[in-house]
Amino acid sequence: MFQRSAIVASALLGLSVAASAQAETELVVVSWGGAYTASQQNAYHDPYMKTNSDIKIINDDSAGDAVAKLRAMNEAGNVSWDLVDVVAADAIRLCDEGLAEVIDHDDALAPAPNGMSASQDFGDLLVSECFIPQIVYSTVFGYRNDLVPEPMTSVCDVFDLAKFPGKRSLEKRPINNLEWALICDGVDPAGVYDALATDAGVNRALAKLDTIKGSVIWWEAGAQTPQLLADGEVVVGSTYNGRLFALIEEQKQPVSMLWDWQVFDLDGWIVPKGTKNKAEVMEYLRFATDTQRLADQAKYISYGPARKSSAPLIGKHASLGIEMAPHMPTDPNNSKTTLLYNYEFWADNRDDIDVKWNAWLMQ
Amino acid sequence: MPEQILSAGRMPLKKALAASQRKDKLTAFLMVAPLLAFILITFLMPIVDMLYRSVDNSIVPETLPRTVVAIEEWNPDTTELPSEAVYAALHADIAAASEQRTHTRVGQRLNYENPGISSLFRSAGRKLKTIKAGPYKEAMIAQDKRWGDTDKWRTIQTFSKSFTWGYFVNAFDGRFNNAGGIELRPENERIYMFLMWRTVVMSLTITLMTLLLGFPIAYLLAIVPTRISNLLIILVLLPFWTSLLVRTTSWIALLQQQGVVNDFLVLLGLLSEDGRLVMMYNSTGTMIAMTHILLPFMVLPLYSVMKTISPSYMRAAISLGAHPWRAFWRIYFPNTIPGIGAGGILVFILATGYYITPALVGGNDGVFISNRIAYNISLSLNWGLAAALSVILLALVMVMFIVYDNIVGINNIKVGS
Repeated sequence: MFQRSAIVASALLGLSVAASAQAETELVVVSWGGAYTASQQNAYHDPYMKTNSDIKIINDDSAGDAVAKLRAMNEAGNVSWDLVDVVAADAIRLCDEGLAEVIDHDDALAPAPNGMSASQDFGDLLVSECFIPQIVYSTVFGYRNDLVPEPMTSVCDVFDLAKFPGKRSLEKRPINNLEWALICDGVDPAGVYDALATDAGVNRALAKLDTIKGSVIWWEAGAQTPQLLADGEVVVGSTYNGRLFALIEEQKQPVSMLWDWQVFDLDGWIVPKGTKNKAEVMEYLRFATDTQRLADQAKYISYGPARKSSAPLIGKHASLGIEMAPHMPTDPNNSKTTLLYNYEFWADNRDDIDVKWNAWLMQ
Repeated sequence: MPEQILSAGRMPLKKALAASQRKDKLTAFLMVAPLLAFILITFLMPIVDMLYRSVDNSIVPETLPRTVVAIEEWNPDTTELPSEAVYAALHADIAAASEQRTHTRVGQRLNYENPGISSLFRSAGRKLKTIKAGPYKEAMIAQDKRWGDTDKWRTIQTFSKSFTWGYFVNAFDGRFNNAGGIELRPENERIYMFLMWRTVVMSLTITLMTLLLGFPIAYLLAIVPTRISNLLIILVLLPFWTSLLVRTTSWIALLQQQGVVNDFLVLLGLLSEDGRLVMMYNSTGTMIAMTHILLPFMVLPLYSVMKTISPSYMRAAISLGAHPWRAFWRIYFPNTIPGIGAGGILVFILATGYYITPALVGGNDGVFISNRIAYNISLSLNWGLAAALSVILLALVMVMFIVYDNIVGINNIKVGS
């Protein structure tokens, strides 16, 4: 009898412990891992958890296949993620598929310090009703300044094998490469997408890429180009600007930036449909996407904040102590010639052009 | 009539036996039930689901129920647009679907067949609301001239049924033409059949290379004393336990143009600085890295079979006057065939499904069909096409299996002794 009551007592104790643990809500935040998740941890998660002791943020690094996993979770009826970091093109796709919550930006997000509403502050970066932009990043070239005869200044230098011999690394997908090829083949940059909408335009771009095809190493993961540059395996290659910043400023490799015709893209949050902690997530989002927080993130990684009001607040790198503003893709010196990823065009034509692209690769 | 034999409980013996056997059978079934359920849930159901997805098109008739009925009447061979009734039906369907936000999903689905429909449907969800009353035809075309494109309507009509062969047609590099038939895509859009072919050829080559490399290793393991062979087995298994990514990237460090092997050859003066070999980011790279990664799957079944072959067979053959080579070829080798079969099938099947290694080291002529399946799963969300490609790959592996069964015999396979 005594034994039984002891068991009951310990079971009750266990229940009460479990109950007190339940007061803490765990938010599963999915992001890209590495230095990027670390910058979010420092700028958003840690300050938020300090003031909200009932919230525990758990990082999940599987943003790379978030779209497929979200669909699988949705079909299984068990969405275990609360917030997901995706690129804008995927946010549009998830919104179209009904896998992301529609957000009323002005209602859900904090206004700028000067009172400007969130939708004005983000401006035309709000490319989808489900998407809350965080950063502006760009796909851009870096080159080995010790292996080229003179500094590279134009993206068309990438196509100039006579002046800059050696291998190049390009991303193994049509997006960005076709645009650069057309610009360097003399197409008016404003008319690039009109040209790509036709078969002839795609063929023209591929013909231009044919001139360097034998000297290209194709990459699929963002870390490959920095490694290839560090090994001297390529003289010039495209990747995300934050990766090149780390290569140049943190690892001190003899690499320089070639900002000409960098392609801006956006990365930000979506709230998966079916999350069990929607109220908590929305509260967290209001904090994590305010003007100061977005500016803070730039201390840890060289991606530009998506709010206009954050730009003046960008400071120095947290550990290197260098001014971050000149390393931002949005800095006026770096953004003389830029393209913005054309979401609508690629959402319509990506699969179709991708098949042609792969047929061309295999020739 | 012969007297029935009765059991102790005065029951006919046959019945009693059946009853007790039924109990045994039930117990046996209950014991395997968890495993059976596990296999059903984790293996068979996904395959059935995949088969279903490769032909499922229910999203179109479910989201556009009025349109698919109305458009049946329309003759797609004419250059004439569908009638006002079809436009009115689509207007009503999209209005209803945009409440549920499903119009964009069906737009995505049809966009796989006809680029541009995705944005057409997305903007229609926003804009069609402004058209309050008919006639809809002129109003819709005025809003977006793509509604006046017979090509878009033809796609809607072709894919209006609950089931479609469309994904398989795509997977065989085909498409539906205007006359309702199936034709091959233009040359610059054909990729899948070629990739399928390359996957099989390269997987077979990799299987052959693992056999050539693995056979002597397994033989050595089988003939040396156990003390030494245990040590050697660890050497075989060590890379097996190392992460796949680590092994793949190690090969990059070794074989790239500025890599260790090229540096060494240049240092020795065997290669000039400009003549560095290209061994990475092409099919050679894929072949070398995958042969290394899959080698243990060949060595281990071979070893376990060779271990059971008594050395006295060879001795007997030699003592009867056979040359050692002939003794090996006529006596030892045939005994190892079950191991070769097991290892070969294992390596071949694993090789056809690999996609990380080809993606990293394959460049553009070393990628497999699985890389395209991965693209359709995770990037384009075209799970129907991914399912159709997987079904074809599965069928291909099964055909190879049957061929093997006919030539060598499946009962001959041995993984352990």
